[in-house]
Amino acid sequence: MTLIRRILLRLLTMAITLFGVAVIVFFVIRVVPGNPIAMMLPPGAGEEDIARLKALYGLDKTIPEQFVIWLSGVLQGDFGTSITTRQPVLALVLSRLPATLELSVVALVIAVAIGGTLALTGTRMRGTRSEGAIDVANGMALSVPDFLWGLVLILLFGVLWPVFHISGRVSPSLDLPFVTNFYLFESVLRLRFDIWADLVAHMFMPALALAIPLAAIIAQLLKQSLKETMHLDYVTLSRTKGYGENHVITREALPNAVLPTLTLIGVQFTFLIGGTVIIERLFSYEGLGNMAIDAVINRDLPLIQGIVILFALIFSVVNLVVDLTYAALNPRLRHG
Amino acid sequence: MADGRSQVKRRAGARLWLSATWLGLLVLGAVFAPLIAPQDPLAQDLFGARLPPFWEAGADAAFPLGSDSLGRDVLSRIIHGARIALGVALIAGTLTCLIGSGLGLIAGYFRGWPDMVISRLVDIWMAFPPVLFAILLIAVLGTGLSSIIIAIVVIDWTRFARVIRAEAMSQGAMDYVASAQVAGRKRFSILLAEILPNVLPTIVVLLTLEMGIAVIVEAILSFVNLSISTDQPTWGSMIAEGRLSIHQAWWVLVFPLVTLFLTVLSFSQLGEGLKDHFDPVLR
Repeated sequence: MTLIRRILLRLLTMAITLFGVAVIVFFVIRVVPGNPIAMMLPPGAGEEDIARLKALYGLDKTIPEQFVIWLSGVLQGDFGTSITTRQPVLALVLSRLPATLELSVVALVIAVAIGGTLALTGTRMRGTRSEGAIDVANGMALSVPDFLWGLVLILLFGVLWPVFHISGRVSPSLDLPFVTNFYLFESVLRLRFDIWADLVAHMFMPALALAIPLAAIIAQLLKQSLKETMHLDYVTLSRTKGYGENHVITREALPNAVLPTLTLIGVQFTFLIGGTVIIERLFSYEGLGNMAIDAVINRDLPLIQGIVILFALIFSVVNLVVDLTYAALNPRLRHG
Repeated sequence: MADGRSQVKRRAGARLWLSATWLGLLVLGAVFAPLIAPQDPLAQDLFGARLPPFWEAGADAAFPLGSDSLGRDVLSRIIHGARIALGVALIAGTLTCLIGSGLGLIAGYFRGWPDMVISRLVDIWMAFPPVLFAILLIAVLGTGLSSIIIAIVVIDWTRFARVIRAEAMSQGAMDYVASAQVAGRKRFSILLAEILPNVLPTIVVLLTLEMGIAVIVEAILSFVNLSISTDQPTWGSMIAEGRLSIHQAWWVLVFPLVTLFLTVLSFSQLGEGLKDHFDPVLR
């Protein structure tokens, strides 16, 4: 199969998946018993006011009609108006997206750094007690989800040894001279390292909580592939050439052992992004996930739809990129 | 190699026993909660609020793990909370397992259009952030124990369906299935009598892991205040409250957190231990 056909096929399944998500979320949230209109009206509003407001948000039409109107809007980039804030959904969602993306990417980097280090150390120390200790720590990190790690971190670095902030994205007293919402990225570009340090002090714990389970998965799989590769003839050959153990592991074995881990990281990255919803809530981090929970609690239907579709789009894009990277990196698929 | 294998086996055995012991204690606590709990888990006493645990100055022996900001006994609330946590784990875990494994077996063995429909549904499900999906469902279904169970089943059936589908597919390609087909057995009876027993170990492992996940989901929903009514003690709602008063009364957060941590770890280690136990290479 050529690469172009592969991409087209993936784009088609992606479109079907997104349409499926849109249908499900649209119809599911319209079964919600709570009435969003009732929550917006002042006490004593009459029947006409209710009808007018319903017409304003298109809630007077049948649900399939509403879906067609909404979908044609979405295809033109119009996700409707948030009921609670009365701002365009797209603008609201895009204003929060950078916070969530920065958190996810930082978490991914931490996970790869910790996981990779553990895998390499474990391989170097194979057969010793240290390897056993790494395995036990790994097993624990794997078994406990990000939500609980977040709480443990709050206790450790928020209470026992309070070095990091336990809530928010940035200290409210700071004056932010930024034009985008990619604060972490922009603070580096503008050389504002005071703000950068404040952002990191806020982001460290939520990012680490998200990273711990993924780091354990990376460490486990990479170590396993490394150990298998270490038995291959070409590795033995390079050892007989007189290369040291560190060189053999990082230069000879690692490049061949890393491919399965890369694929796994891609799949697991979507789980990590999904985890931001509760982690942002736990750390009062002003990202997309925190906004999503508020939207559900406030019954803000257009906003819920917009956020869910955006998450589904991110997941699909990540999966697509992983698939294509894998195809590009794996010689058997590239030439096949 | 023989030495390494026995070491792995011994470690797996210790894991299994430790996890099973903790879960057994919890089950006892949940069943006999009214007899064991030193206090009424709902009784408030504003004069006895934020009592520290027994080893600290100013503690009250009747409140061994201290009391929360409303003066409710932390230990009694943990013991009563085990009823909800384990109840959800058992019921939601089993239902998710039955539905997910059933669909996975059908998709993996019969292939064709049932496989196409089920696989596409799994794809769509995988594009939802699970926590957001759960919160959305609770908003639709309303709070309450049955809503939580339904939400867990609706979200997590794909975990079973994906794995069991792949297993059923590889079992279906084996010679013993082909010979059963040649012998003229009905497809459905082959599925139940030949395939199912062979994927059962995987199902048991997944079920154990799912119970741990169910406990976490319930805690997360309680944490965002969407679980069951607020007058029921749950670990998640205790953690949410403890998170708020963390600087005044750390014990309100720490004890339910440790309980939840050990429970989730135990379900997971039990699952991993069972996986090793069923693994023919290790055995």
